[in-house]
Amino acid sequence: MNTCPEHIIDYMHDYLDGDISREHEQELKQHLHSCSDCKQLMQELSETIAFVKSASHITAPPHFEESVMARLPKPKSRVGMQKWIRRHPLFVAAAVFCLFMSATLIGNFMDDQHFSVTKQPNLVVDGQTVIVPEGEVVKGDIVVKNGDLIVEGEVDGNVTVINGQYMASSAVVSGKIEEIDEAFEWLWYTIKNSVKTALTFEDKEETK
Amino acid sequence: MDALVNKRIKQVLKGDQNAFADIVSLYQHKLYQVCYRMLGNKQESEDIAQEAFVRAYMNLHTFDQKRKFSTWLYRIATNLCIDRIRKKKPDYYLDAEVAGTEGLDMYSQIAADDQLPEEQIEQMELQDRIQYEIGRLPDKYRSVIVLKYIEELSLQEISEILDMPLGTVKTRIHRGREALRKQLNNL
Repeated sequence: MNTCPEHIIDYMHDYLDGDISREHEQELKQHLHSCSDCKQLMQELSETIAFVKSASHITAPPHFEESVMARLPKPKSRVGMQKWIRRHPLFVAAAVFCLFMSATLIGNFMDDQHFSVTKQPNLVVDGQTVIVPEGEVVKGDIVVKNGDLIVEGEVDGNVTVINGQYMASSAVVSGKIEEIDEAFEWLWYTIKNSVKTALTFEDKEETK
Repeated sequence: MDALVNKRIKQVLKGDQNAFADIVSLYQHKLYQVCYRMLGNKQESEDIAQEAFVRAYMNLHTFDQKRKFSTWLYRIATNLCIDRIRKKKPDYYLDAEVAGTEGLDMYSQIAADDQLPEEQIEQMELQDRIQYEIGRLPDKYRSVIVLKYIEELSLQEISEILDMPLGTVKTRIHRGREALRKQLNNL
């Protein structure tokens, strides 16, 4: 076999792959007739294939399908969600409305992060702290946003402090005192205020 | 069959998970068989075959429906099997000297369970013997031999599944056949 041309073995494999040209097949067959070693090798290779091919078919164990389905990640219930939305248009409209409303209000709140104070004569502003000095009387309401208010004198009106602290020692405030810290309180305050303005507006209309 | 499979794939992509059950039931035996022949262990094969389906499900949107689904599925499964085989290989060197011994290397420490004694092999049932011989093949030959002679796939398909040129597939099949022949002849 050592004297056999090397390509004969390649031809054997090509033959076994079913991928051999007619000329090569002729050459291979002629060689196998004359060379018993190669004939045996060819025989062994064919038997090897037959051996592997005699492997029985293996089937998946029972419940394989169920096990796979149980292992799948939970579906993003897009289909169910869409159905639900289609069935409850009113609710969806309300939800969308609420979403936009709160978005605008919270957005306003976020915008209002800078310090501001109602302009009143004889108020002293020191950085972010507003002081009503001792002995002074402020006539009218005071609204402080994002700052503190210290009242040492007198205020003849309402006091509102948003996102800040109200401090008073011996203060005299004739109106209401309100401290607002959270976004929700601020929301509530805004709503209350707009209702109040609406009402006073109506009152004014009526008095006219 | 391809039309049915593509229909089911579209349903799954639309969010109907139950349509995937049909796909699993169509291919479960084929996939399990490949895994079993590659790994030679029932528990492991079941685990890997299931994992292959789960991965197929999760990556279904990347499947090109103009191609053959089984090829894609086989590819996921064979990759998982090859990964598993590689992980099982020890990452220590066998010729490293064992600490505390003189001249004893790791070869002397492993039980000879890789090569069974001749008498034992001869007593094996044919089916066990086939699995044993396939399992003895180096994994790069094992995958092509399993796909070619057990799954009876074309060389072209095997080249797509294993993502290697047709020439390489042929060479590996030739060498795999040769290796198997030698294994069988040694007895």
